[in-house]
Amino acid sequence: MDLQTLTYITIGLSFVLYIGIAIWSRASSTGDFYVAGKHVHPVANGMATAADWMSAASFISMAGLISFLGYEGGMYLMGWTGGYVLLAMLLAPYLRKFGKFTVPEFIGDRYYSQLARVVAVICLIFISFTYVAGQMRGVGIVFSRFLEVPVDTGLFIGMGVVFIYAVLGGMKGITYTQVAQYCVLIFAYTVPAVFIAINATDNPLPQLALGSELSDGSGYLLDRLDKTLVDLGFGDYTSPFNDKSMIDVCAITLALMVGTAGLPHVIVRFFTVPRVRDARISAGWALLFITILYTTAPAVGALSRMNLITTVNGVDGSGTSYAAIPAWFKTWENSGLLAWYDHNGDSKVQYAAGNAFAGDGKPAFAGEQRGKNRERVTSNPGEGEPVGNAPFANEVYVDRDIMVLANPEIAGLPDWVIALVAAGGIAAALSTAAGLLLVISSSVSHDLLKGTFTKTISDRTELMAGRVAAGFAIAIAGYLGLHPPAFVAQVVAFAFGLAASSLFPAILMGIFNKRMNKWGAITGMLSGLSFTLGYIIYFKGVFIEPFAANIPENWILGISPEGAGVIGMAVNFTVATIVARNTAPPPPHIQQMVDDIRVPN
Amino acid sequence: MDTSRDAYWKANIRLVTGCLIIWFSVSFGCGILLVDFFNQFRIGGYKLGFWFAQQGSIFTFLVLIFYYAIHMNTLDRKYGVRED
Repeated sequence: MDLQTLTYITIGLSFVLYIGIAIWSRASSTGDFYVAGKHVHPVANGMATAADWMSAASFISMAGLISFLGYEGGMYLMGWTGGYVLLAMLLAPYLRKFGKFTVPEFIGDRYYSQLARVVAVICLIFISFTYVAGQMRGVGIVFSRFLEVPVDTGLFIGMGVVFIYAVLGGMKGITYTQVAQYCVLIFAYTVPAVFIAINATDNPLPQLALGSELSDGSGYLLDRLDKTLVDLGFGDYTSPFNDKSMIDVCAITLALMVGTAGLPHVIVRFFTVPRVRDARISAGWALLFITILYTTAPAVGALSRMNLITTVNGVDGSGTSYAAIPAWFKTWENSGLLAWYDHNGDSKVQYAAGNAFAGDGKPAFAGEQRGKNRERVTSNPGEGEPVGNAPFANEVYVDRDIMVLANPEIAGLPDWVIALVAAGGIAAALSTAAGLLLVISSSVSHDLLKGTFTKTISDRTELMAGRVAAGFAIAIAGYLGLHPPAFVAQVVAFAFGLAASSLFPAILMGIFNKRMNKWGAITGMLSGLSFTLGYIIYFKGVFIEPFAANIPENWILGISPEGAGVIGMAVNFTVATIVARNTAPPPPHIQQMVDDIRVPN
Repeated sequence: MDTSRDAYWKANIRLVTGCLIIWFSVSFGCGILLVDFFNQFRIGGYKLGFWFAQQGSIFTFLVLIFYYAIHMNTLDRKYGVRED
């Protein structure tokens, strides 16, 4: 059986599984639709949270990102896991005790204000849509790479599957589908990682392999990688602050942590467990399931960087002739994610520091034209000067996403592993997309329709409205995936900053500060959100030309736009505290409500 | 708020504060601010500061949440605020 047939069968079977689960667990009430009837076991909820949380970006891009950043990759690893500590101790149990359906509902009730609720809905929709557009794109990309269908066709198939199980099953359907998707994605991620760990170090656990000696007797993997990279003109792998300053690493890490804890589609998962103590332990299970992938990723990053260098530069480090390069190199060259320009004309492929191509470093292919070595012709070669004391100029462009997707091929693993990786990538993207679409649709049907505009609608009508809203949300997400605005890729990263500066402080103060009132919360959310948005637009120019160059000299305290959520959060806390001190305290029944959510019974 | 609930809340705040101090120390402390200092030491092939940034802090977070969740169950019982 050829690879493509095998991939079709694997992905097809996984879809049958997801849809089967959706039919078995379809929603029959609004409680089922919004919070799965609050019957989800804490371990199952932990698995569902892990799948909900780990997106196409975690699965496909993170290891590649780490492999090129080295030490600084730690800010993503710590940032995207440390948030669960905040979630478990500061938010989840209290929101579960509150016991309603959505995040804006908590903010609206706690701050006794429809306006606060609507502001929270706006924050939520903005955060969730920027996030979901990237997921739909991810589904399309995985389809197109592995099944060789156009990106758009892949996107329509993905939309169809999400439509069936999100609209039919609501939160209940999504929860059990996510449990299945977690199993698919974690299996697909760890199997190739174990194989490449054994190949390189004889140690089957990737977590230990990263700190092990190489099996060819040339010393520890990380030492060898440091030396190899320095010899090729790169900064070394394990030394800190090659790429970013200390303050910026701190700010980005904190913004990612707080942003994670403030993402509505993650918070709402903790509304689905039966009791307050289940919400606490469930956050632990979620982090355990996430940790399996997040501690494998740095090993995959380092090992695949090492593999890439030794394969391309050869054992003697002088380069490999293009005629003798392994087949995967040419496969990915055909897909445009790898490119080679023979700067020194020796017909050998050589990889070192520096851009092989001019402009932004990405190759411009001259159609399907082939050069004298049968390589794809490119029209924008760079200077071709060696960087530092590298022995030759870099001749290769490598897209970071290749690191995970091409790993099974680079390590020479069987076809079924490659098919599994494709199914895993799709599972990661679909599970996150479904979770996001659900919080969008429930904030429309529950917070806007039932809660604000048409309060008299029946449970049945509200359920129907939720399904229709989910359908619309999928259509809009699909549209954004088909016509990605140029800024989507950047904006996804900023969703964290926006969550950190708007929703997180409002919820936190709602629980821990009894004196916080509606005017403090509303002005805090608006000022935090607009500061962060303004900072990003000022330097990145999302809709317009940037106002200033995006360089450290221009940043406040040396904090880049990626870490702006931290400053936005500080603005939010400060404004909210000052305003609350100068306006009337919350009424007694609200203070009583805060006392009540602080205890489990 | 009656006294036992008040005491429960204070005990809770103490526990969370302690956990968050550790949370901060391993990630921002060992992994970022003092990374150069910890990088002088090694465990196996890892420089210690690098290990904290890429693995150690994640394992610590995990232990913290389970410790917190189990300890809170004890507090729930001790102060008589356990559900059902």
